Amino acid sequence: MKPAPFDYLRATTRAEVHEALDAEGGDAAVMAGGQTLIPLLSMRMARPTVLIDIMHVGELGGISVSDGAIRVGASVRQAALLDWPELATHQPLLAITMPWIGHAQTRSRGTVCGSAALADPSAEIPLTMVTLGGEIELSSSKGTRRVAAEDFFTGLMSTAREDDELIEAVHIPCSAAGTGHAFHEFARRHGDFAIVACAAVADTQGTRLGVGGLGDRAYACDVGTLEGSALDDALTEFANSLDARDDLSASAGYRRTLMRKLGRQTIEEARRCRA
Amino acid sequence: MPRLSADTRHRVSFTLNGATVIGDAEPRMLLTDFLRHTLGRTGTHVGCEHGVCGACTIDVDGAPARACLMLAVQADGSVLRTVEGLEPEPGRLSTLQAAFRRHHALQCGFCTPGILMSLDHFLRHNPDPSENEVRELLSGHLCRCTGYVSIVAAALDAAEKLREGADA
Repeated sequence: MKPAPFDYLRATTRAEVHEALDAEGGDAAVMAGGQTLIPLLSMRMARPTVLIDIMHVGELGGISVSDGAIRVGASVRQAALLDWPELATHQPLLAITMPWIGHAQTRSRGTVCGSAALADPSAEIPLTMVTLGGEIELSSSKGTRRVAAEDFFTGLMSTAREDDELIEAVHIPCSAAGTGHAFHEFARRHGDFAIVACAAVADTQGTRLGVGGLGDRAYACDVGTLEGSALDDALTEFANSLDARDDLSASAGYRRTLMRKLGRQTIEEARRCRA
Repeated sequence: MPRLSADTRHRVSFTLNGATVIGDAEPRMLLTDFLRHTLGRTGTHVGCEHGVCGACTIDVDGAPARACLMLAVQADGSVLRTVEGLEPEPGRLSTLQAAFRRHHALQCGFCTPGILMSLDHFLRHNPDPSENEVRELLSGHLCRCTGYVSIVAAALDAAEKLREGADA
């Protein structure tokens, strides 16, 4: 398994990245940590003619908090966000979810924005962003725009990013006081792709459940204050609305059953954690 | 911005186990192949070549990394450590390596270089880990011989010896 040939550009400024994207368009691939992209290259599922390495662009680093959201720059590695001392204070859901991303040996290089860019349907970052209502900041030589996570992830490994755009940062809302969070994931071994992953956020108004591993992307639904059999019915309806597929790891039916059980467990735990 | 063209080999240089190494690589060359074929350092093993098995784990700029999930050109200018850099002096095993030997923490040895590199980094940052923490770290590696029990035992034993002041 060896990648097909490509040119390699090591960008050092945003302008260089934008310029390269303008020139190369859809033939280029932006590479940050490379933890998903390099296997795709090796398996030749991705065949860009140019690779733009953005990890030496100083302007793209940094974690900051403004307007009630955590902004994570394009070159911030998952391990760096996980080690950020304020993470659990600002967004506990991220703090409990991120240890489930791959392994320590891949989080050390993989980036937060890269996970959003690849849009794997069972990945934790897209799931967290859809559950919390995060935004993706895209930039090009023409300017910047922000897209809601639910609109950004458009299907299996596909997003609303245009060919000339760079994912500049992701914005993840900070947790409001009195909010409860929970996350549960089922996989063959810790760090493998989730067969089903559930994230929930609960406040006094209601509870929102996000689900990964069923269907072509992460989905979320509001279950309000439903309890008991009404909650079971809502979860069954949600599970049936998702286009789960059979694969080597699990059948569609198994995934739905798992989602209903794990979803309920996650919702109840989030409600219990509510201050 | 320099553009390294696909069909040409480019100079790649980094620090490997304390010494500067230089070689030529096409942009598409994986770091695993550069280490093994260009530099002849075959201590780093290649298993799955897509980041799952952990056999090729090395230390890049002070953090564990899969060498198969890096391009050689990405490593240019970095500081790398591989399993060849673990022994404190020629012919003497490190505390961790010696614990692996004592506990029979390897059989065929294919996964061992990667596991040693992960654990070497881990124990330096977590001198007193629980068994669960060791097992969680090992979830990033596949061993088909041992069932992991002896690897966990070796890691915990090495941690204890290192806490007692044994040198690396």
